[in-house]
Amino acid sequence: MDSVLPRTGLWLGALFFAVIATALAADIGFAVHMVICALAALIGLIVTVRGWDPAAVVRPVDTGRYDDDLIRLGVIATVFWGMAGFLAGLYIALEMAFPQFNLGLQWINFGRLRPLHTSAVIFAFGGNALIATSFYVVQRTCRTRLALPGLAKFVFWGYQLFIVLAATGYLMGITQGKEYAEPEWYVDLWLTVVWVAYLAVFVGTLLKRSEPHIYVANWFYLSFILTVAMLHLVNNVNVPVSFFGSRSYPLFGGVQGALVQWWYGHNAVGFFLTAGFLAMMYYFVPKQAERPVYSYRLSIIHFWALIFLYIWAGPHHLHYTALPDWAQTLGMVFSVMLWMPSWGGMINGLMTLNGAWDKIRTDPILRMMVLALAFYGMSTFEGPMMSIKSVNSLSHYTDWTIGHVHSGALGWNGMITFSCLYYLAPRLWGRERLYSLRMVNWHFWLATLGIVFYTAAMWVAGITQGLMWREYGPDGYLVNSFADTVAALHPMYALRVLGGLLYLSGATVMAINITRTILGHYRSEAPMHSAAFDPARDVPLAPATAN
Amino acid sequence: MTHDNTHAGKVIDDATGTAKVGHEWDGIEELDTPLPRWWLWTFYASIVFALVYVVLYPAIPMLHSASTGVLGWSSRGVLAEEVAHEKAEHQGVRDAIAATPIEALAADPKLQRAAIEGGRAAFKVNCVQCHGAGAAGATGYPNLNDDDWLWGGDLNTIQQTLVNGIRYPGNDATRSSLMPSFGKDGILTAAQVQDVVSFVRVLSKQDPANGASRRGAQIFADNCAVCHGANGEGNRSVGAPRLSDKIWLYGGDRASLVNTVTNAHAGVMPAWTGRLDPVTIKMLAVYVHSLGGGEAAPAPAPAPAPAASAAAAPPAGAAQ
Repeated sequence: MDSVLPRTGLWLGALFFAVIATALAADIGFAVHMVICALAALIGLIVTVRGWDPAAVVRPVDTGRYDDDLIRLGVIATVFWGMAGFLAGLYIALEMAFPQFNLGLQWINFGRLRPLHTSAVIFAFGGNALIATSFYVVQRTCRTRLALPGLAKFVFWGYQLFIVLAATGYLMGITQGKEYAEPEWYVDLWLTVVWVAYLAVFVGTLLKRSEPHIYVANWFYLSFILTVAMLHLVNNVNVPVSFFGSRSYPLFGGVQGALVQWWYGHNAVGFFLTAGFLAMMYYFVPKQAERPVYSYRLSIIHFWALIFLYIWAGPHHLHYTALPDWAQTLGMVFSVMLWMPSWGGMINGLMTLNGAWDKIRTDPILRMMVLALAFYGMSTFEGPMMSIKSVNSLSHYTDWTIGHVHSGALGWNGMITFSCLYYLAPRLWGRERLYSLRMVNWHFWLATLGIVFYTAAMWVAGITQGLMWREYGPDGYLVNSFADTVAALHPMYALRVLGGLLYLSGATVMAINITRTILGHYRSEAPMHSAAFDPARDVPLAPATAN
Repeated sequence: MTHDNTHAGKVIDDATGTAKVGHEWDGIEELDTPLPRWWLWTFYASIVFALVYVVLYPAIPMLHSASTGVLGWSSRGVLAEEVAHEKAEHQGVRDAIAATPIEALAADPKLQRAAIEGGRAAFKVNCVQCHGAGAAGATGYPNLNDDDWLWGGDLNTIQQTLVNGIRYPGNDATRSSLMPSFGKDGILTAAQVQDVVSFVRVLSKQDPANGASRRGAQIFADNCAVCHGANGEGNRSVGAPRLSDKIWLYGGDRASLVNTVTNAHAGVMPAWTGRLDPVTIKMLAVYVHSLGGGEAAPAPAPAPAPAASAAAAPPAGAAQ
């Protein structure tokens, strides 16, 4: 086709630039990264040139079907990065309990693997789930195909390159040292390009919709994409030391830098892990329950309340620091006001089961969704509670925070993603059903047990730690040294490893289940209930019949 | 699936009896359920809480400052208050400790108890990083529970060590001594180092005497005995460890000893004066002394290092 020539030129240009940058690199890490970029460009070049077939019959795009190729890739990427992220998490849990696991190697010490774990689960696993489901949901609820399909491809592959650059960077020690924003300036710039493309594809699809109204899931997706773009840009205003080096310095320093970082960090939770995943919930829960959404009014009120209030709550990460008192106060009260708007999503999800509660007994996927919503409710109550300053003075800097994060991440984000993957896999690959619904049940119980061990261990550890730090004897003197608290936590750290192992085992069961579903295998087993699916109805509306 | 009934132009959902809004996306419909009242009222309540809190506490930023809140609360104020309160609480005891010569504290069990507890707390914050939470030390960091002292284990000596540190740069009265790097600096050949190590292992009764140790004995007498003593009994005035026991700061196995003789060690402890107040240092000395190995003060007044009187004289005049 005609576009092959300019695309080949583009790839050649990228390859050329990456090779030059490798040669000029100021440090070894940057050089490795430019080699990775060169390889990516080379792969792009080869794929483009090999696909060039001037004699080929020009096949019109099948507009009678949704654009699902990328979503299939997204499902596979989500499973893959999820396994990688959970494994990294298990390993650093082992390092925490038994430091010998650091093996004395700089590349795998806790400090480098920890951002690898967080980025892999949040941005690689969660991000791929969000991109894939948003492309799936926006097409179906707009009854139209993706706008800018070529750009959508770039979004998917560009995002994978971002993940690889970020992850390899952590292992080599390339980091700007900001939690959840560790990648350095050039990786940030790349992500900005990818993210703007993502916004363009999503908004473009909304604009060409065949439905009169925009479904609530899409409001949440759009708020997630827009806000993450804003957060990413502001928190990564850095000045590179060299244009061919990996090091940079932030423009904001001191307490301003800390405030910007936690404005970013908290809203990464708010808009990436809450708004984005609520969007998934708003589509997949009513589909799986085959019930109408509980309350349209609640969805409007809690959406606007949530996105308005969330953005101010970041300072609660900086209680009792150099941050001025007034900012701490506002961070706390906005967090408290956030409680009900967060719960609006839980209510709307759970109450959608009105008239279908019996399915929890028979439908393991729906059961997983309900558990996800229950954990969502628990952690969005726990969050505002922990933001109250007197509670925070006990919980801050302790493992309670880690427990809180994981009840949300493992319980809410993990479980809702798993259930969506189970929903998607048979539909995307045209299978009658999953390879095994009973294995979903196994996954459910392994994961639930894992979360219980994990969060309970961290709650106990956190409160132990907080109480030991603040314990004063009758003479008014400190009772425990820091090392005493570390020793006291060891059994809890070992229990956390067990929890992580169970959770990873559940995910392994899922990986097998999804893989065999893709391969078209069916496990012979007593049937369980799952939501009905009619492929004939799963098509975009023809433009003529729209409106 | 549920059947839909139509009432007054609205489609009613059978299972819940609630009207539907009327939109539909890919088969998903929405009910027109009103906001749950408890949800709404809890939301209002949280907003009221926030408003009241904002009035009571510092909250509204302005150009150069922020509102101070009706309660006049500030985190710095609370900290100052708590610190002042704790200070007042302890002032009596601290004054009494400051006024009592360190070796006289034992005469007042209550005061001594208070000094030990205060020292224990300070130890947990300042000393455990090297000496361990149980003061058992680690390689290069002495165990403080035993009676094997490098520089001396009576109250005044411990206090002086704390005040001035060991080999601490910038403190003129710091305890100082330097073992030569016998191997690295070519004072002894590698073979001689092996021999003297053999002798040291005989001294510490780890090995029986042999040819190497007999050769080493002469090397020891020529090079080591001046500080460590002819029989390896050590010398506290230069912090030279006793070599005739089984207690080793850097390890007593052959490889560790060869390393020590070849490269020497010069461990550093900070001078705590200036970082901690004199009473806290005094309490630390009493605490360390109480751990098990504390020694009685030597009977005749020893002549301490000349600089000690100037640098190490806390208000209690304890250094003498």
